[in-house]
Amino acid sequence: MILSVASGKGGTGKTLVATNLSLALSSKTRVQLLDCDVEEPNDNLFLRLPISYSQFVYIPIPSIDEAKCTYCGKCSEVCAYNAIAVLPQKVLVFPELCHGCGACSYLCPEEAIVEEGKPVGVVEKGKRDNLELVQGLLNVGETMAPPVIRAVKKYVDVGREVIIDVSPGTSCPVVEAIEGSDFCLLVTEPTPFGLNDLALAVEVVRKMDIPCGVVINRAGMEEGETERYCREQGLPILLRIPLDREIAALYSRGIPLVEGMLQWREVFYELFEKISAMVDGGRNSGDGIKEEHQE
Amino acid sequence: MKEIVILSGKGGTGKTSVVASFASLTRDAVMVDCDVDAADLHLVLNPQVEEENEFWSGEVAYIDSEKCNECGLCQELCRFDAIKNFKVDPVSCEGCGFCAHICPLGAVDMRQTMAGHWFVSRSKYGTLVHAKLGIAQENSGKLVSVVRQHARTIAGKENAKYIISDGPPGIGCPVISSLSGAEAALVVTEPTLSGIHDLERVLDVCRHFGIPSAVCVNKYDLNDENTQRIQDYCSDQGVAFAGKIPFDNIVIEALIHKLPVVEYSPECTVSREIERVWQFITE
Repeated sequence: MILSVASGKGGTGKTLVATNLSLALSSKTRVQLLDCDVEEPNDNLFLRLPISYSQFVYIPIPSIDEAKCTYCGKCSEVCAYNAIAVLPQKVLVFPELCHGCGACSYLCPEEAIVEEGKPVGVVEKGKRDNLELVQGLLNVGETMAPPVIRAVKKYVDVGREVIIDVSPGTSCPVVEAIEGSDFCLLVTEPTPFGLNDLALAVEVVRKMDIPCGVVINRAGMEEGETERYCREQGLPILLRIPLDREIAALYSRGIPLVEGMLQWREVFYELFEKISAMVDGGRNSGDGIKEEHQE
Repeated sequence: MKEIVILSGKGGTGKTSVVASFASLTRDAVMVDCDVDAADLHLVLNPQVEEENEFWSGEVAYIDSEKCNECGLCQELCRFDAIKNFKVDPVSCEGCGFCAHICPLGAVDMRQTMAGHWFVSRSKYGTLVHAKLGIAQENSGKLVSVVRQHARTIAGKENAKYIISDGPPGIGCPVISSLSGAEAALVVTEPTLSGIHDLERVLDVCRHFGIPSAVCVNKYDLNDENTQRIQDYCSDQGVAFAGKIPFDNIVIEALIHKLPVVEYSPECTVSREIERVWQFITE
């Protein structure tokens, strides 16, 4: 199963849920955790796995062979991102605007454009016992997270239970990370901000036709509104993590809940079992859960 | 006019609560919500929307199945895996138009997409410019530029002293778009390992773009040792330390009452510290 953990609002506890779920599950089976929050990856602050593999992520950007170029302007005309400007005797490329689509090099009538890799980030891997981590790291100053997320997801190991930690928000990096999941767990907190952003995240996963459920973190305050929303939307609340100073203190020190408070091991394992049963149930009855995601 | 962007790296450290309090303290600013994916500032400022605008951005490919002979060239060349079974997945399509250029039958059309809305609203604290990016849309960076540009124009007209900008989490496209050309950044962090890790990355981004920055630690007493680490880090890096705000449930209470905490409970320590941070960054 591929299970993604998302939220809409930042700081609601995605990393907390993704890392603890991975650790709890890895005591019983082989698990792969993909940290797709490539702008701010935090999972390994908690797992502390030794990184044994590291690979640059490149996007192809055009390089102009001015000996062949006739300054016809075709490349600039086809570039949708204004990343190439053709002057009478010079071609300017703006790498930070380039999406690496390849149109310019393919369509250049003089074959004067070759593509060169520009590093935009890194993918790293680490392993301990049953648990494998793959994390992406966007270079500082780079704008485009999706190529790094795609690079992380190339390592998906379907022989394992896969958990994906998603970045906050509702735009392209989130879609890229969630795509292909069998289930999406949405972590929220019972505040007006948490609820507003939960509703946005629910719209995203529904648009992508992925079944979802909710985890309420820092529970124990005014949960009425969040509960009402979930009930109205038919969203199952699968877990509540209380607002608790001990939990917050462990988190602040980078200690996983399942290691600092052992009773949580079983709780997270049960959460996974619950989701597993929902996904299998959906598959058998065929309502909205797609077989193609299992490839 | 001085534009101050509030960032955090890590989400949920308290950016929006701090921005709302600043708005209430100064009453001489235009506010702009640059977290266009998950905008929340309006929930505290309770503004009246006065102007609603469509945000048209980018294009998405569309294949005319009547003209398409399923040669597969577009599928083979698309770098974003956005074409499957001779249909375009609009969510994956990045609008490069490569497919439209190379289709031998001219069966691919590029269509403009409406990617969201942006608003100019009036609140008792001043004007708020905010936006709602369409669900699962791209170009959040462009939408951020749009709202910032309008905030600048309005601030000029109103002769406002400040633009206070509530930034998005992370370090990518919308963050860079929020930051470029601003006068100063305040990074709100929390004393957790994740908070520190993300703070370091976002400060690197500020440095990369030459924006002077200051740091404030929210909920500092959750871990005094980590707060000290952050202070040490700032002094090592020559980054100004703007102050520390204690953990108090009053912040959430204020939020539930839809009020900035400095207004909900002006005398509490949290409010006094936020006021001190505001004085620090505006001096």
